[in-house]
Amino acid sequence: MTLVQNFPFFSIIIAMFSGILSSVLTGKQARNLSLAAIVVTTAMSAMVLAFCLETGQSYTYMMGHFPAPWGNEIRAGVLEGLTALMFGIVMFLSVAGGMRHTFQDVEHSKINLFYIMIDLMLSSLLALVYTNDLFTAYVFVEINTIAGCGLIMIRQIGRSFTAAIRYMIMSQLGSGLFLIGLTLLYDVTGHLLMSPAREAVAAIEAAGSYEIPMLVILAVISVGLAIKSGLYPFHSWIPYTYGYATPTASAVLSGLVSKGYIFLLIKIFYRVLGQENVIASRIVNVLFLFGLAGMILGSVHAILERDLRRMIAYSSVAQIGYIYMGIGLGTQAGMVAAVFHIFTHSATKALLFISAVGLYQVSGNKKDYVSLRGAAYRNPLAGLGFAVGSLSMVGFPMLSGFISKLLFATAALQSPHKMMLTLMGLAVSTVLNAIYFLRMVITLYRGGEGAGAESGEPGVQRAGETSGVRDPAARRAGETSGVRDPAGRQAGENSGTCVQPAAPYWPARLAVICFILLNLFLGLMSQPVVQAIADGLAMFD
Amino acid sequence: MSRQRDNYQQSFWRKFRQWVDGEVDTLTAERMESAAPVLQPETAAPAPVPQPETAVPAPVPQPETAAPAPVPQPETAAPAPVPQPQTVAPASHPQPNGAPALSPVTEGRGLRLYNRFYQIMSVLLCMGIILVLLWTIAYLPVFGNAGNPDNNEVSARYIEQGLKETGAMNMVTGMILDYRAFDTFGESCVLFIASCCVLVLLRVDTAPGENPGKKKHGAAGDPAQVHLPEQLVDDRIFEPKNDIILQKCATVLVPVILMFGVYIILNGHLSPGGGFSGGAVMGSGLILYLNAFGFRKTERFFNEKVYRRITVSALTFYCLAKSYSFFTGANHLESGIPLGTAGAILSSGLILPLNICVGLVVACTMYAFYTLFRKGGI
Repeated sequence: MTLVQNFPFFSIIIAMFSGILSSVLTGKQARNLSLAAIVVTTAMSAMVLAFCLETGQSYTYMMGHFPAPWGNEIRAGVLEGLTALMFGIVMFLSVAGGMRHTFQDVEHSKINLFYIMIDLMLSSLLALVYTNDLFTAYVFVEINTIAGCGLIMIRQIGRSFTAAIRYMIMSQLGSGLFLIGLTLLYDVTGHLLMSPAREAVAAIEAAGSYEIPMLVILAVISVGLAIKSGLYPFHSWIPYTYGYATPTASAVLSGLVSKGYIFLLIKIFYRVLGQENVIASRIVNVLFLFGLAGMILGSVHAILERDLRRMIAYSSVAQIGYIYMGIGLGTQAGMVAAVFHIFTHSATKALLFISAVGLYQVSGNKKDYVSLRGAAYRNPLAGLGFAVGSLSMVGFPMLSGFISKLLFATAALQSPHKMMLTLMGLAVSTVLNAIYFLRMVITLYRGGEGAGAESGEPGVQRAGETSGVRDPAARRAGETSGVRDPAGRQAGENSGTCVQPAAPYWPARLAVICFILLNLFLGLMSQPVVQAIADGLAMFD
Repeated sequence: MSRQRDNYQQSFWRKFRQWVDGEVDTLTAERMESAAPVLQPETAAPAPVPQPETAVPAPVPQPETAAPAPVPQPETAAPAPVPQPQTVAPASHPQPNGAPALSPVTEGRGLRLYNRFYQIMSVLLCMGIILVLLWTIAYLPVFGNAGNPDNNEVSARYIEQGLKETGAMNMVTGMILDYRAFDTFGESCVLFIASCCVLVLLRVDTAPGENPGKKKHGAAGDPAQVHLPEQLVDDRIFEPKNDIILQKCATVLVPVILMFGVYIILNGHLSPGGGFSGGAVMGSGLILYLNAFGFRKTERFFNEKVYRRITVSALTFYCLAKSYSFFTGANHLESGIPLGTAGAILSSGLILPLNICVGLVVACTMYAFYTLFRKGGI
């Protein structure tokens, strides 16, 4: 066994250990440790990916002295390595991008606790990606849930508390259903490790016994993980959770946490329940329909939304719908598209959240359309980031969203029964996406708040009216920034006043630039990634 | 070139422009300001609109049709002599297709109906899920049957060779701390992160007098948050003080409970018990001591520093020891940890120290939960 093969285990343990150590460190030290841990684990994931691509096969890794059916095990292959690498990059950029806000939003003495959550979140995501054991998956789902609650409520304002409670209740419901599913599965197979459980499931299917329990297991596990990842009818926690948490937490939760659960679901479909059984049970059709509903209705909700961050959060509902639609197509191509969209969405949504922060920060911390007008001129890089993210979500060529839409459409052509529905869903959802994203981009690139009377062209009446609207708005912005003295003063020390363009803060800028590059990379160099996903899925069987 | 339009106000193009601008949402016909309902009086007052005849200047909050939320202002404002409060909003920002706000009566009725519907549906849904799960149980293998699928080579090896391979008389301990130790490490981390979350939520870091220095947005506007620390600290007034009966009982019981907890932990590999149960017993002993003798006495030997040191060193030891074991196991190396003679207290390799670690973490976590809920600190 080469050293590289130890790296999945090392990366999980390093992330957990840095979380444990952080509890005795100060906030800054904890942050540095956390960033270092993320960098190291990401580098390890890259090496694992390179190793698996080179050897062309996956391997299992014994966690202890006992082989497969008795001891714990983790497994690494191309898809695991690629997902872990992607998650690591997005995690690093989200943490770096929202760093200053973290230090403002979180009480000073609790910053190290925030980074404990981040570290343990990273370890649980890695464990969900690498695990080859159902119960390990459940344990790390638990860690993930609790860390998620902590990340939401650490902002300690009323809305983040209610958001955390919503998240906790829905997430616990999902975990409970998942656990019931695992218990039933253990009852009929007698195994908790994925590979022996797969053999037992194959034997059960061949014998035709336990038909109803298997169906219930499939349904309960799918629904449980769908609730946790926020599939459409179970999405009610998403806007609150993503809308009111501190920016890093929003980016991590929307970009990574829900994707970790989806990845786990895909892994269970392939490695435990058997993809052909899943398709035969028609549960994929249910996922497909809910995915379609999510694509449309999530976008409609986003159009109706006024708050920038809640709009992005509702857009997440739509994008999760895309992923489940891909899974629901029930073909290999659909699954590849779904996995690619997992990457697209985690890169793009984190970019949107991080750059949205930069935008409303220069607009007096107000997130509605009027206040954000012209914000892209006040913070050009964040504006660019938001524009790129929006275009990617809409499906502009050269960006990653285009490739995933292309993959979805191509996959739809291969499944005749669902072709029309998928294509129509894609078309409608794209138009709806364009409505709210482009509207926001247009708003961002209009004349700023200061340029109240931009020109006489729109008519005298309108100019007078808008200045009537704007003046109080501007004054109110001034007032509120005066009222919120602690935060305002805090921001003032760093960057002058609230409404002034923020002083350059290189981690956030770097994060936005890297996210844009990541998007461009996924959009322009998609072929190797798609190939790797297809190889990785083939290795799952 | 261009058609003359009389009513530009109502034209589609104007609505569209306003929608793109974000001033008016034509879909819901409401203004797009998020904070509108709260701050509306201040914004409406300075607008250059002549007030209606009964020009009562600003102090009376002006109820408006534009307010998206049905604020119960009209009732409270009724005694003030403002006969026509609705004129302000439409004059300053004309509503293209101004939707009249729902009257509180219909709103309340709709809400009640919706609540009733919601309750009935949730009960039905729960019943449905219960029925499906019960129905599934009928098809599961019979409990305790020898031919069940879970009666396979996995449990056979745990039972037959567990003692030889792990050195633990207690099969369950051998299983959770040796065969499946990674899961147990995860479980300890669940406890750790749960206590971290409670710390985030309940630990009060600001002294009562000083203003919370780095409070976030909204804190200044919300007086409740500023007063919170004082209340929490004053909470100690309500503590039972020097209850003789409790103290005498605790004097007898606490040492026994703590010793029993230690026994359960140390004998975890020999008899039923182990870190989780022993830690819970020890934690309850500490809580009893705290209740009998108060925070001041407990803090002499158990404060946050001690708590942190114990948790971190226990988890660090667990992490390092098990990493060594995992690494050697996966690479097929000898771990070199002697298993000892089965049945002796110093046996079964790493299981005893790991049990101690788990026990310490559990005891500290239980105690920390209790004190955090009591006084917002350890």
